[in-house]
Amino acid sequence: MMNVIRILGRKSLHSFGRLGRGFIFLLQILTGIPQLFKRPRLIVQQLYSVGVMSMTIIVVSGLFTGMVLGLQLFNTMQDFGAEQSVGSVTALSLVRELGPVLTAIFFAGLAGTSLTAEIGLMKTTEQLSGMEMMAVDPVHRVIAPRFLAGFISVPVLALMFSAVAIQGGYFVSVSLLGLDSSVYWGQMQNIVDWDDDILNGVIKSVVFGFVAAWIAVFEGYDAVPTSEGVSRATIRTVVHTSLSVLGLDFIMTALMFGD
Amino acid sequence: MDNNDDTLIRIRDMSFGYAGRTIFDNVNLDIQRGKVTAIMGPSGTGKTTLLRLIGGQLRPTSGTIEVDGQNVHKLSHRDLYRLRKRMGMLFQSGALLSDINVFDNVAFPLREHTKLPESMIRDLVLMKLHAVGLRGARSLMPSELSGGMARRVAMARAITLDPMMIMYDEPFTGQDPISMGILVKLIRDLNLNLGISSIVVSHDVAETSSIADYIYLVSGGKVVEHGTPDELNASESDWTRQFIDGLPDGPVPFQYPAEDYLQDLLEGTGL
Amino acid sequence: MYSKTMELWVGVFVAAGLAALLMLALKVSNFTATSGESGYTISARFDDVAGLNLRAPVRMAGVRVGRVSSIYVDSDRFQAVVTMQIDDQYNNIPLDTTASIYTEGLLGAKYIGLEPGGDMEALKQGSEIIITQSSIILEKLIGQLFVKLTGGSD
Repeated sequence: MMNVIRILGRKSLHSFGRLGRGFIFLLQILTGIPQLFKRPRLIVQQLYSVGVMSMTIIVVSGLFTGMVLGLQLFNTMQDFGAEQSVGSVTALSLVRELGPVLTAIFFAGLAGTSLTAEIGLMKTTEQLSGMEMMAVDPVHRVIAPRFLAGFISVPVLALMFSAVAIQGGYFVSVSLLGLDSSVYWGQMQNIVDWDDDILNGVIKSVVFGFVAAWIAVFEGYDAVPTSEGVSRATIRTVVHTSLSVLGLDFIMTALMFGD
Repeated sequence: MDNNDDTLIRIRDMSFGYAGRTIFDNVNLDIQRGKVTAIMGPSGTGKTTLLRLIGGQLRPTSGTIEVDGQNVHKLSHRDLYRLRKRMGMLFQSGALLSDINVFDNVAFPLREHTKLPESMIRDLVLMKLHAVGLRGARSLMPSELSGGMARRVAMARAITLDPMMIMYDEPFTGQDPISMGILVKLIRDLNLNLGISSIVVSHDVAETSSIADYIYLVSGGKVVEHGTPDELNASESDWTRQFIDGLPDGPVPFQYPAEDYLQDLLEGTGL
Repeated sequence: MYSKTMELWVGVFVAAGLAALLMLALKVSNFTATSGESGYTISARFDDVAGLNLRAPVRMAGVRVGRVSSIYVDSDRFQAVVTMQIDDQYNNIPLDTTASIYTEGLLGAKYIGLEPGGDMEALKQGSEIIITQSSIILEKLIGQLFVKLTGGSD
């Protein structure tokens, strides 16, 4: 019994320690960001490897998500004679929830893990230490551009995901299943609100981008510098990002749409 | 503190430890300007840690470390980084940035710290690469280099900002005789031609003695003995003899500390 | 490492993101319909507004002209008061217009439909619509229908 409590105590101290380090690390990153704008090349480079490289997969998964939504919703709602609402339900679920959440989780698996592994390996091979000894702050030079690129990429990718998915839903319900095109778009425009739905979705994905990028770079930087440590860190990136995103999503949904 | 002082690094009563382990216990150490100073000792005595302490990456629990008259651990972040521009450090692995090629690696400190035009950076980089004999390898990626070559590139990178000192962390470990010879020559040459003070951390007795002007023997968190290579060779101390001659048993016992052998064996039988 | 193609791709990436936002704005949402919060507010009293939500559309002849901005109960008359924000461009809606609560499709959301009357005077900021028709409560209808159907087959 004492043992259980002791283990609990140790675990929570460990978690608090990590949380504290995470916040200090975040502050260090943020202080490095202003300098970064003097060297946009560093950001462009990371936007390329973080954002552009994830674009194809996000677009393809968005397309299929939209197609599945269109198919399921059309078939189910037809039974109630409510198939005119396919467009609006597809669009609402995408811009409010699926777009931001799925993009953030895909991002964690795609770019987040690669950021963690890259930074973790740079730490393991003493590249970060070496940089420090060359009087180059690795947090500003290596971490900050990666963080910023992740933070920017997630909302952009989420927008692409939603837009493509809505087209995918259109393709299935209108082109394949014969729903009237103007009904699809018209119902959507009646129901989907710019401020309430689209902007709130964008706010969500901005928050998710911040969290996903932060977790990915922190796990890499905080990884135990061995190959096992790096592999554990990448797993933690996926797990922590997914859980944080889902948890935050619930909180934000309750705040935004809970009236 | 006078900057024209002969002593480049002055370590006074320095102790360091973490997680309840003492790594250094009241160490005093002086490193002369323009000389090759070797810090030798068995593996696991914290020689690399000492370099990190000097470089300001770690903080001693007590005592002071002065580099060029400045107390490293009292400096602000900005001043520490300014000081580090004048310190080169060669990591065991080379610590080259793995996503850019040899040329860009050597150019990295110049691009980060200076606003030199690209043509001048090119000239400087080629000069430094030429000095380590790898001008022809400029477009290789770090993964395509052998361990010895990676260390030479790292050496070229360490001298791009014309530092006052270079710290070498185990430069000879795991090298074949030829690349070991090259590294020995390079350390000596850089020291003689550029007047760079060198600190070599190593446990390779023969190679290190051949280039060092002064040697500190470190063990168990203390400086055991120091002197010129000749003085150490003539030393009567048991510990020094064991280390220099590479004897398997002596003051450093062959057995890792353990409980009584017989007792240990009997316990296993359940008697 | 750094190249022009990289810049180009990042440009494509950002442009695609903006295009997606534009599509969401113009094609998916009512961004064009509610550009700006300008408009005038009118109110109406209903006996029952069950199912009507905030921001539900207000339509005239099927075209969206505004939205519901608040719903509350008048504690003196125990009626629901609904205020609606009507877009400025529709400034000649007759004063004797009827407001009814309708359901979109069979199970869709409720909205307010306006049927214009013949008054020469137009609704303006603060006007109240006098003639209203409350929402049809589907459960009641279905309940009655069930009673009939089950009663008939037994």
